[in-house]
Amino acid sequence: MPRLKTRLNNLSHLFLPLSVLVILIIINLIKGADYFRITMVNGAFYGNIPNILFGASELVILSIGMTLVTAASRGQDISIGESGAISSAIFVQYVLNAGEVTLWTILVGFLISCVAGLVIGAFNGTLVSFFNVQPMVATLILFLGGRSIAFIIDGKVSPILANEISNRIGTVIPGVPIQTPIILTVVFIAVVAVVLKTTNLRLYVEAVGINPSAARLNGINPKKIIFLTFLLMGVCSAVAGFIAVNKAGRHDSVNLLKFIMMDAILAVALGGNSLAGGKFSITGSIIGAYTIEMLNRTLLRLEVNPEAIKAFKAVFIIVLMVVASPVVRIFFKKVLDKARTIVARYSVRQTGGINKGAVSITDTTGKKGE
Amino acid sequence: MQSEIILKMEGIDKSFPGVRALHNVDFTLRKGEIHALMGENGAGKSTLIKILTGVYQKDAGQIFIEGRPVYFKSPQEAQNMGIGTVFQEIALCPNLTVAENIFIGRGRDNFIKWKQMNAKAAEMLNSLGIPASPTQELASCSIAVQQMIAIARAVDMDCKILILDEPTSSLDEDEVQKLFALMRQLKARGVGIIFITHFIDEVYAISDRITVLRNGELIGEYHTSALPQIELISKMMGKALSDVSAIKKHELPKSDDSVPVFEARALSSAAGVRPFNFKIQKGEVNGFAGLLGSGRSESVRAIFAADKVTGGEVKINGRRVKIKTPLQAMKQGIGYLPEDRKGDGIIDELSVRDNLILALQVMKGFFRPLSRKQAEEFTDQFIQKLDIKTPSPNTPIKSLSGGNQQKVILARWLLTQPMYLILDEPTRGIDVGTKVEIQKLVLKLAADGMSITFISSEIDEMLRVCARLIVMKDREIVGELSGMNLTEQDVMHMIAQGGK
Repeated sequence: MPRLKTRLNNLSHLFLPLSVLVILIIINLIKGADYFRITMVNGAFYGNIPNILFGASELVILSIGMTLVTAASRGQDISIGESGAISSAIFVQYVLNAGEVTLWTILVGFLISCVAGLVIGAFNGTLVSFFNVQPMVATLILFLGGRSIAFIIDGKVSPILANEISNRIGTVIPGVPIQTPIILTVVFIAVVAVVLKTTNLRLYVEAVGINPSAARLNGINPKKIIFLTFLLMGVCSAVAGFIAVNKAGRHDSVNLLKFIMMDAILAVALGGNSLAGGKFSITGSIIGAYTIEMLNRTLLRLEVNPEAIKAFKAVFIIVLMVVASPVVRIFFKKVLDKARTIVARYSVRQTGGINKGAVSITDTTGKKGE
Repeated sequence: MQSEIILKMEGIDKSFPGVRALHNVDFTLRKGEIHALMGENGAGKSTLIKILTGVYQKDAGQIFIEGRPVYFKSPQEAQNMGIGTVFQEIALCPNLTVAENIFIGRGRDNFIKWKQMNAKAAEMLNSLGIPASPTQELASCSIAVQQMIAIARAVDMDCKILILDEPTSSLDEDEVQKLFALMRQLKARGVGIIFITHFIDEVYAISDRITVLRNGELIGEYHTSALPQIELISKMMGKALSDVSAIKKHELPKSDDSVPVFEARALSSAAGVRPFNFKIQKGEVNGFAGLLGSGRSESVRAIFAADKVTGGEVKINGRRVKIKTPLQAMKQGIGYLPEDRKGDGIIDELSVRDNLILALQVMKGFFRPLSRKQAEEFTDQFIQKLDIKTPSPNTPIKSLSGGNQQKVILARWLLTQPMYLILDEPTRGIDVGTKVEIQKLVLKLAADGMSITFISSEIDEMLRVCARLIVMKDREIVGELSGMNLTEQDVMHMIAQGGK
């Protein structure tokens, strides 16, 4: 029982994203009771929920990387969409120049794009950890220049990725009922879970994010850890770019993963993570990412004018952040405590101490009276 | 005049979820009195002060100021009633001038009248005998003067009650005297002063009365002159004093010419300590003595490579080794408990368990995490062994009291089974009971063969624990003292005569 209680306490940070998720589901159910309906088209599942899982793939992967960068460096990487665009441009060029496209070609292309992601991560990481540039300023460089680099690699406007395997990666593999990006995301999350389980990544990153000076005196090199999180961010960007470009079927260097860093940062915050670094919850960020995708689609489903969606989203986020702010939280905690004591007193009078909890309360109040 | 009561707190109760911080506590402060509030960590001193200053709301009880019942909902209200508070950490703006710091946020007008403000500040500094000019930048004043300016700020606007929460912990002897002079002057003006400190000598030097709290309960109020030190300590600890005086240091091991566990030659660091030689034998407890800023901490930081090592060579058990990073030092079997517990020691948001296993975990390496079970076993073992008071191993370390935090850090290093452990101010800011526990532990560890360097600003503590003292002055070693009959005078003489 106490074990369960600590477990539940550990999950308390998920309260916010989960409650938002529930509210969004209720709104959707009011709009139409068929919200959860899933249909089979050509042997694959479609419907609102599969669409959200499908649509959020890149965001989920990026928000995992963003969580780590935020936790260790106490800042955010705003170049993730651009680094995804660059690494996927390299992937597309490799595939287009490879002649016949086999699974092997795609795999090699993917690995090359991951290396590109690592290089970009190393660039950002070097600026942040070794030159002490603010993460947002350091990544501003690629945020501004990244899409031009991607365009130069492309060599022309939007090269098309017209092969069967890419199509399958971006949509479905015949015979598999779940869309491929959803599967890839699940695999990615599983890999991250294994990494967290088999290494000290969490302890090191949290220690560095909370108190770099103490971390250093315990043998951790904070610079290296911050650098490492940027490398991991680079890989996340490459994977997200890979999924995005296969989904789209062409490499649009201007619009691919455009402004996704805003949603990724929001997902991290929504997941109960402090943007000032320290302790982190990847589960929270993942739920946050899916929540954002659900919010986007809910607004579409409510037939909000696409031009106005951003404004609605902004209002929603303001409400959310105010509700989640410590000020409001403390207020509610006080109200809750008061309510509890009133209920406790009331139940003491009513039951005359039959209830076990009430007995201990009468005990202490009895002592006070002495 | 002396007996006129300005503050009366009666039957104060305060509970936090799961803990009863105060139970039925009374406190009385008279006009023109310096009243020491004593108790170990967790006794309820700071809770009582926070209730008095409006930071916390009391659950039960009443507060009277000059006979009238008051109820503070915020610190601002308490301030308006004439309660001024000065905390251990100076909460002033170092880049503003002295006058600005005294009057900032105090003005009733929207515009600052510079001339008037500076004149008023000058008058105030003068009357309180604070050696600072109103237009001087605060950062250019010494810590003691800054502390006095913080007091001046609190005293401004008809302060009747002044609370000083550990004002002396970052001051040296001379500065403490200056602060005391200021306190006496305020006392003469009729201000009631509540004085909180861990230094018992200071209590006897300046206070008129003492109120002792223990475990959230009032033990009693005493006239300072009528309460012997030893009784005060036993009242604070709640046990007889026989174990306190039972501490006895060990003889220096006779085998002084055997190979030292650790030896440094001409070691120097970027923190500016002059190249120094140092060695320690197996099972020896030694210490660096000297005034604040003499280079004690810098020297041990150089040994652990906490600051960048700039020169010198190091031998472990007679073998030359390279120690350029803390991790290399750890791998050679050196542990280091830093002076600044909050800044360099604890990872405040992490759990007691994570904090405890950190050093061992890092030594094992990034790819070899301890299993959950192992980590729990280690934690439980040390919580028991060192009697660490924590609700659970999962509790964030920041919610523990200072003494218990320090025990966790100590456990962190003991877990790595070092052969040489450096303890820089392990007992600073922690209660008497834990202090004694730590001193005993140090001697026990040494008896088991560990070499320990023990640094403390309290010289008598070092005399009690260390068999050999390395005396420092102006970032240089000026001499060494050893033997069973070391006295404070010996050390002071050496500091006074040493150097050029």
